[in-house]
Amino acid sequence: MGSTQRKSLLLIGMVTALAAMLAGCGKAGGPCAQKGVVCIGQVSPLTGPQAHLGKDNDNGARLAIEEANARGVTLGGQKVRFEIVSEDDQADPKTATIVAQKLVDRGVKGVLGHLNSGTSIPASRIYHDAGIPQVSPSATAIKYTAQGYKTAFRVMTNDRQQGKVLGEYAVRKLGGKSVAIIDDRTAYGQGLADEVEKAVQAAGGKIVAREYTSDRATDFAAILTSIKAKNPDVVFFGGMDPQAAPMVRQMKELGLKSKFLGGDGVQTAEFLKLAAGNAEGVIASSPGLPIVDMPGGKAFKEKFTAKYGAIQTYAPYAYDAANVMIAAMVKANSADPAKYLPALAEIQMQGVTGDVAFDAHGDVRGGAITMYRVKDGKWEVVETVRSGAEGGK
Amino acid sequence: MDIFLQQLINGLVLGSIYALIALGYTMVYGILELINFAHGEVTMMGAMICIAVMGALLSAGGLPAIVVLALGLAAAISICMVLGYSIERVAYRPLRGAPRLAPLITAIGMSIVLQNTAMLIWGKQYLTFPKLFEPQRYEWAGAHVTSLQILIVVLAITLMGALLLLVHRTRLGRAMRATAQSPELAGLMGINPNTVISFTFIIGAALGAVAGVMVSAYYGLAHYYMGFLLGLKAFTAAVLGGIGNVAGAMLGGMLLGIIESLGAGYIGPLTGGFLGSHYQDVFAFFVLIVMLVFRPSGLLGERVGERA
Repeated sequence: MGSTQRKSLLLIGMVTALAAMLAGCGKAGGPCAQKGVVCIGQVSPLTGPQAHLGKDNDNGARLAIEEANARGVTLGGQKVRFEIVSEDDQADPKTATIVAQKLVDRGVKGVLGHLNSGTSIPASRIYHDAGIPQVSPSATAIKYTAQGYKTAFRVMTNDRQQGKVLGEYAVRKLGGKSVAIIDDRTAYGQGLADEVEKAVQAAGGKIVAREYTSDRATDFAAILTSIKAKNPDVVFFGGMDPQAAPMVRQMKELGLKSKFLGGDGVQTAEFLKLAAGNAEGVIASSPGLPIVDMPGGKAFKEKFTAKYGAIQTYAPYAYDAANVMIAAMVKANSADPAKYLPALAEIQMQGVTGDVAFDAHGDVRGGAITMYRVKDGKWEVVETVRSGAEGGK
Repeated sequence: MDIFLQQLINGLVLGSIYALIALGYTMVYGILELINFAHGEVTMMGAMICIAVMGALLSAGGLPAIVVLALGLAAAISICMVLGYSIERVAYRPLRGAPRLAPLITAIGMSIVLQNTAMLIWGKQYLTFPKLFEPQRYEWAGAHVTSLQILIVVLAITLMGALLLLVHRTRLGRAMRATAQSPELAGLMGINPNTVISFTFIIGAALGAVAGVMVSAYYGLAHYYMGFLLGLKAFTAAVLGGIGNVAGAMLGGMLLGIIESLGAGYIGPLTGGFLGSHYQDVFAFFVLIVMLVFRPSGLLGERVGERA
């Protein structure tokens, strides 16, 4: 076989591999147009490295919907049945827009999701154009609600608040004169890392290294080695648990003794499992209150655990997101997006995670950030930092 | 200097793993001129099976750690060998003689099937590699090495050496080389090409399984999705070294690991922060493109008669 032929064969191979990578798939659906059926979309990564978090959101939303159906909801004089339409965005922004369009075409009345900021942001435009309200349980990037879309809401505090608390904590409480920052280049990781960087500098700390990885990586030896050369007091990682766990392990192996700090993507049950013995001493924040301190936390935990097993992180928020949407529909006495959207913007609801009410941007009002530390293989609350009604911009 | 040394060690460990997987690609390509895209998934299967078996043995209890590890590894290797054989039998053999694109597509199909099978069996969660031993840590000229890293490199080099011996010094190796040159002619000389091809897949899968166990032990976790990127990197390594060439795959793997480590470690400071360490994966594929443009036959080229 000639070399030209070989080259073209290899090229075909690569192109085909790429095509296989991109080929998303979905299931053809039943009609949401049926009378008395209200379809609500739920989007999160249900496959890929973050599938455990995606399924957690899905279960949280499902629980709320099932409860509403069991309770029986009447809209406009007719008894309705809510149906959840789950889509998998693979935590990929491109796939997110495809499934968003699919949900719009199927005629969902509202969308719960997406899980990631990187997927919520591009999808929010599609929902906005279609006039469908979107409540994300867990997208925390500032940009999500800063685009001026009236349809975009979230029930979790944003990265500006969380990044500020983390940055100040690193400098003041952890004695971080020098801080190294790693992010996974997703909208969430990068956004949070940028906010932390600002807050560290504002608090008088110094950023000695800024390194990057991806949300698929497991090898961080190279970047950790170059961080080690700078000998920082604190290493902050903006990203999720599948990366954080091997990262702390490799830090230990490389003899890097800096304190490890993470955001809510790290503060998960999965992180403890994955990092095993290496998790000890890791500090991470999470928006909102610890589950035991949430107004409805204990009851929710019991219900959820009995049905789906351990809560990863965001399930209570997905549950609240679903309930706030249903509450708005009930208040407007309609599942028509144009009719219940104003009700959603003005809603006041006691949720599992706390009081849910939105500001002009669609950000949740008030909110707290809790810092956790791993002690004896468990997340232990260090302190809860409450902030005023500071959301949005 | 200690940082450079550390990056070199990081690269060497990563490279050994790539090299071991690359062998599976290159052996199959050498004989069939087929890119076995399912090979990355075989590696993933090796990791998952080993963890599952070890988990079951540990929960049964009573066995010393080393026996648990040995049994896990043995199970991974033997199941992957069966898997390698079956993949060839089911997806490639019926298409032998078909246009080249057909087996390439079944290869990708196989890869998706394996990925989803693993997802159905073990779920979407990450599996953790049980902590059997506390690895010793050594410090040498400011660089840290763990006993596990040393074990990975030594085991990889040993296996590669053994494979070279197999290809060049045994009857089976000679049959493999003959089949690579011309399956028809080899057949006339009394070699059954189907047997040789089956053995090639079995050996490649066994090496892949070992690599999979290494990866999961080194990073502490395994996931049904892990085979994809690993496979792509190893394939790049094989092309870099000269696809079809066994020694080339080893060289390509080691080089790729070191290029990635040094690249990710030094590009930030060298470009003044213009390019950052997120270009780590880009290096691998950049190297692949440069190689295909300027030297499509790879570093060691392909000297016909030595490929297997």
